[in-house]
Amino acid sequence: MTEARLMQGNEACAEGAIAAGVSFFGGYPITPSTEIAEGMAKMLPAIGGKFVQMEDEIASMGVVLGASLAGKKALTASSGPGISLKQELIGYAACAEIPVVIVNVQRVGPSTGQPTAPSQGDVMQARWGTHGDHPMIALSPWSVREAYDAAVMAVNYSERFRTPVILLMDEIIGHLREKVVLPEAKDIKIYPRRKPACSRAEGYQPYTPDKDLVPNVANFGEGYHIHVTGLIHDETGFPVGSPKITEEAIDRLHQKIEIARDEITHTEEYFMDDAEYAVIAFGGTARTAYEAVKNARAKGQKVGMVRLMTIWPFADKIVKALAAKVKGILVAELNYGQLVHEVERAVAGKCDVQLCAKYNMEIFEPQEIESGIDKLCAGGKD
Amino acid sequence: MERSYEKYFRQNRLPHLWCPGCGNGIAMKAIVQAIEKKGLSQDNTVIVSGIGCSSRASGYMDFDTLHTAHGRAIPFATGIKLANPELNVIVITGDGDCTAIGGNHFIHGCRRNIDLTVVLFNNNIYGMTGGQASPMTPLGKKATTAPYGSIDRTFDAARLAEAAGATYVARSTAYHVQHLTDMIVQGLDNQGFSFIEAMVQCPTAYGRKNKMGSAADMMKDMQESAVMKAAWDKLAADKKEHKFPIGVLYKEDGLDYATAYEAVIETAGGKNK
Repeated sequence: MTEARLMQGNEACAEGAIAAGVSFFGGYPITPSTEIAEGMAKMLPAIGGKFVQMEDEIASMGVVLGASLAGKKALTASSGPGISLKQELIGYAACAEIPVVIVNVQRVGPSTGQPTAPSQGDVMQARWGTHGDHPMIALSPWSVREAYDAAVMAVNYSERFRTPVILLMDEIIGHLREKVVLPEAKDIKIYPRRKPACSRAEGYQPYTPDKDLVPNVANFGEGYHIHVTGLIHDETGFPVGSPKITEEAIDRLHQKIEIARDEITHTEEYFMDDAEYAVIAFGGTARTAYEAVKNARAKGQKVGMVRLMTIWPFADKIVKALAAKVKGILVAELNYGQLVHEVERAVAGKCDVQLCAKYNMEIFEPQEIESGIDKLCAGGKD
Repeated sequence: MERSYEKYFRQNRLPHLWCPGCGNGIAMKAIVQAIEKKGLSQDNTVIVSGIGCSSRASGYMDFDTLHTAHGRAIPFATGIKLANPELNVIVITGDGDCTAIGGNHFIHGCRRNIDLTVVLFNNNIYGMTGGQASPMTPLGKKATTAPYGSIDRTFDAARLAEAAGATYVARSTAYHVQHLTDMIVQGLDNQGFSFIEAMVQCPTAYGRKNKMGSAADMMKDMQESAVMKAAWDKLAADKKEHKFPIGVLYKEDGLDYATAYEAVIETAGGKNK
């Protein structure tokens, strides 16, 4: 065990990324994520890594993709307005299969919104925020320690699946300070950069999928003379204007994540053993929801909580199973209602689904979620 | 005739998609001849391009090659160079790619003096999309989006690069092919941000719209309009109309970004990898 430290969520995120092997950061200042860039600017050169402050959010995304292609594990961090700009190259990373982690410490939007009050309004942006069909992995921690663990996990998933991973923080966790005990370095599992299985002479093609459908793309400078493009390409990496290749390429991008879906969908249950109702929450809001559920239990209400740590891919199976077990589900989220649509889709009418939404710059009070629970237990009546 | 430069091309990716008479092939060949003259290793050299006619060049060249998004070649190249300073990183871009959508990245690449050799294929037009006006379409010239002649003032990308901090700035043309190769060689020699504007003819989208004749006619125009830097400096102002200088336009010593970062690592107590 390491010594206990008082740490901020953003700091934990930066340290977790470094623990997972990140040695390159490119970014642009934006509250409430700036502490991640500041931490990286200080820590990375001390371990021989590199930090660069770019001219804008688009360039920040480009520079980390370049560094990743040259063999470095790379991270960038921003908040909603910046993520909107990064979307172009998030799609590039998905198409060209470049490992990268993008941290979004969410704040109130749309546009400049309410800088820099807490929000969870970028749930759907995280899933769909770039043009075209693409898969997405997004993780949302609910504590400072979990911000560290989620950063490690995000880097590992980006390398394993060669895909962009969004670490969907919120201002609550980003700026929260709490006591943490970090894991020892030896206890942290690191997924190394994938390596080509054969040489050029043996017919190496950079985008030939391995058994897990993920290609072993060589790093630049290793003598493979690979071509990387954001055009739809075949196994050679070169663009092909063929309907068949296009369909296969888009299928594989989705399937490489889909076949590992159960393994990467992390959720936790609290007070669910005899629960007749459930609250679904994630990130900073899950802390308030936990308190609310505890208070509801004290009042004798048979309610539990399911916390989603993996936001994307969505926990369809878990929510479907939950719907078969409980009479009603309350989705608590700090937005106008986003994740609730996914819950409704997975529930498919099998139980009642209600929304507890808040979007006024302030975090939830436990009483607000408790009122939602009361209403849920009353079958939707006040 | 020896064609030793052919080894730098992916023969199975040729012929290229450029129109008959296009100058891009000449500029691309000048780049590989400069690489050959410098003796750069194909394993250790990365070609990065943006989007547009110019940027299709990367796919034909037998190196590690990266065809990025529109305007973004310089940020990607910056990441590659910083992540592995041992690599020679060459950027191929166009007038629209570099000075419009990529304009901010261009000036900040110059400002950082990151060790890249950036070759801008200037065909004065957006060719890939069929002939729209770019920031380097000359005043009065026609384009599909400037059917009555362009009223947008023109960027001088070389002067822009100089003002923004590039440590080597040169210009040449597809007509002056040996000279163009030499300008690129000197750019590769410079350890810092090197910018070479290669004027190329686009007979299909630009020339036809402006009744500039055949590709050969457009190259003849380049021959007549281009003036070597030394002669240009002595040329009377009234003789400069419709002419432009070629050669090394600007050069200075300056610490490149990756080398400067080595000192940051030392100050922070880290080890340079």
